Amino acid sequence: MKTVVESLRVAGPPAYAVNGFDVERIRADFPILRQKVRGKPLVFLDSAATSQKPQVVIEAISNYYETQNANIHRGVYYLSELATNAYEGARQKIKEFINANSIKEIVFVRGATEGINLVASSYGRKNIKAGDEIVISAMEHHSNIVPWQMLCEETGAKLRVIPINDDGELILEEYQKLLNKKTKLVAIVHISNSLGTINPIKRIVDIAHDSKVPVLVDGAQAMPHTKVDVKKLDCDFFVFSSHKIFGPTGVGVLYAKEALLEKMPPYQGGGDMIKSVTFEKTLYNDLPYRFEAGTPNIAGAIGLGKALDYVAGIGYENIAAHEKELLRHATEALSTIKSLRIIGTAKEKAAVISFVIDGIHPHDVGTILDRDGIAIRTGHHCTQPVMARFKVPATSRASLAFYNTKTEVDLLVKGLHHVIKLMS
Amino acid sequence: MDDLRELYQQVILDHNKNPKNFGKIAAANRTAEGYNPLCGDRIDLYLQVEDDVIKDISFEGAGCAISKSSASVMTTVLKGKSIAEAEQLFKKFQKLITSEPGTEPDLKDLGKLAIFCGVREFPLRVKCAGLAWHTMVAALKNENTIVSTE
Repeated sequence: MKTVVESLRVAGPPAYAVNGFDVERIRADFPILRQKVRGKPLVFLDSAATSQKPQVVIEAISNYYETQNANIHRGVYYLSELATNAYEGARQKIKEFINANSIKEIVFVRGATEGINLVASSYGRKNIKAGDEIVISAMEHHSNIVPWQMLCEETGAKLRVIPINDDGELILEEYQKLLNKKTKLVAIVHISNSLGTINPIKRIVDIAHDSKVPVLVDGAQAMPHTKVDVKKLDCDFFVFSSHKIFGPTGVGVLYAKEALLEKMPPYQGGGDMIKSVTFEKTLYNDLPYRFEAGTPNIAGAIGLGKALDYVAGIGYENIAAHEKELLRHATEALSTIKSLRIIGTAKEKAAVISFVIDGIHPHDVGTILDRDGIAIRTGHHCTQPVMARFKVPATSRASLAFYNTKTEVDLLVKGLHHVIKLMS
Repeated sequence: MDDLRELYQQVILDHNKNPKNFGKIAAANRTAEGYNPLCGDRIDLYLQVEDDVIKDISFEGAGCAISKSSASVMTTVLKGKSIAEAEQLFKKFQKLITSEPGTEPDLKDLGKLAIFCGVREFPLRVKCAGLAWHTMVAALKNENTIVSTE
């Protein structure tokens, strides 16, 4: 009887619960967070690189391999039907999750990077010619720079870059000035992976559309933090990776407006993207299959579908409230370290904190924190132009997710004091 | 904590704060650039080689404590050495920092380079310690290419 009473007492709402959001209950869903690394409890602060996976996602993947594994769209037997339904079910979930018009607009790819490459190769080669211009921003990930550079090299088009201010915010007046008759595409990141800046995507899209320029949005970092409604945003292309939104690696999504996708030539040739093949002529398949050559990452798509269910179950309002509080706490706590400077101080910011410490290279910070069980990212975060803009060779970056706690942030601060002591 | 102290020995931290032979040599006749894309470490190495002897050597660049101190110590060790000796030391140094932790390290002929023995406990940092050395070997070959650790 005594035990029951005690457990009841413990079961009361914890002090950090926000609108019923209980971070300890959430953490229990992520097996990896129970781990110790180097003898210390794991403090995982690198979710912008890749997020951890809840048990339900891991189970969905193993369940697929244990009970449903077969190739899709081909077999006429029971397992193939199950696998096809599960894969197409995931596509349907994604369509609803981002509010696309039709499943025809949801193309499975390997990740956000492949989504951008698909658009650059297919849409880009067809529509962009010598002298045309592609507008990107100074805070793009390399994956939203290099494919366009490659296209420019091939076609003779030009890359134009929207500058950012000292807080790491886009200078919208400069963006407006960049748009002209030669502009054929705007490719822009929704949330910066190295600065945390949340860009005013809707405004950016509207401005481009005023000049009849289509917009591609790199949503890789946005999906884990904020509700995305492609209809509301009215963007023409939207890409994201499953592994950043608590799903498995190796799968992602390209959303494209049907009218655009319909006119785009195939990206890769192979099985499943065709209706019929003879040596004289091949008839391509309908949307979205025309863009999905070869056997896809079936288990990955199913895992992604489950991850979206999981996120919907928690609710973006709860995620945003918890992360906002974490960001506030982390910014305050880190600001107490005198030799530390935060890079990226945008007014609208996700829970991503890049920083530098006087006289200590981020790589050394990362190694020493790792010995305390704290995982952060150090380096240029695949955004070398951002590093150049802020005149730093690299930064340390703590990126938080809804499963992180204030206690973990405090451990980071404690660890940084240790770093400073050791390196002095 | 001991392995961290082993990695960040006081001598290494001193070289990091006050690197030796930091700057550009006007009379350099061999140069190379080293780059570690993983962390963005970058080093420019300048050598003045006469009659197969390294008369003078210096470096510039930005990097972590391990790569910067490794470059600094390397320049002090190599000044006055022959090309053959420098290449020999490179091999021994490389062997030291990639040797199995727990085994007896072969410190013969390494002199003050022995302070980098702790790096072998940190496989992810071996490239940091080796960057200056790989760049030096490229400079001696007078390869005008950028050396990358990846």
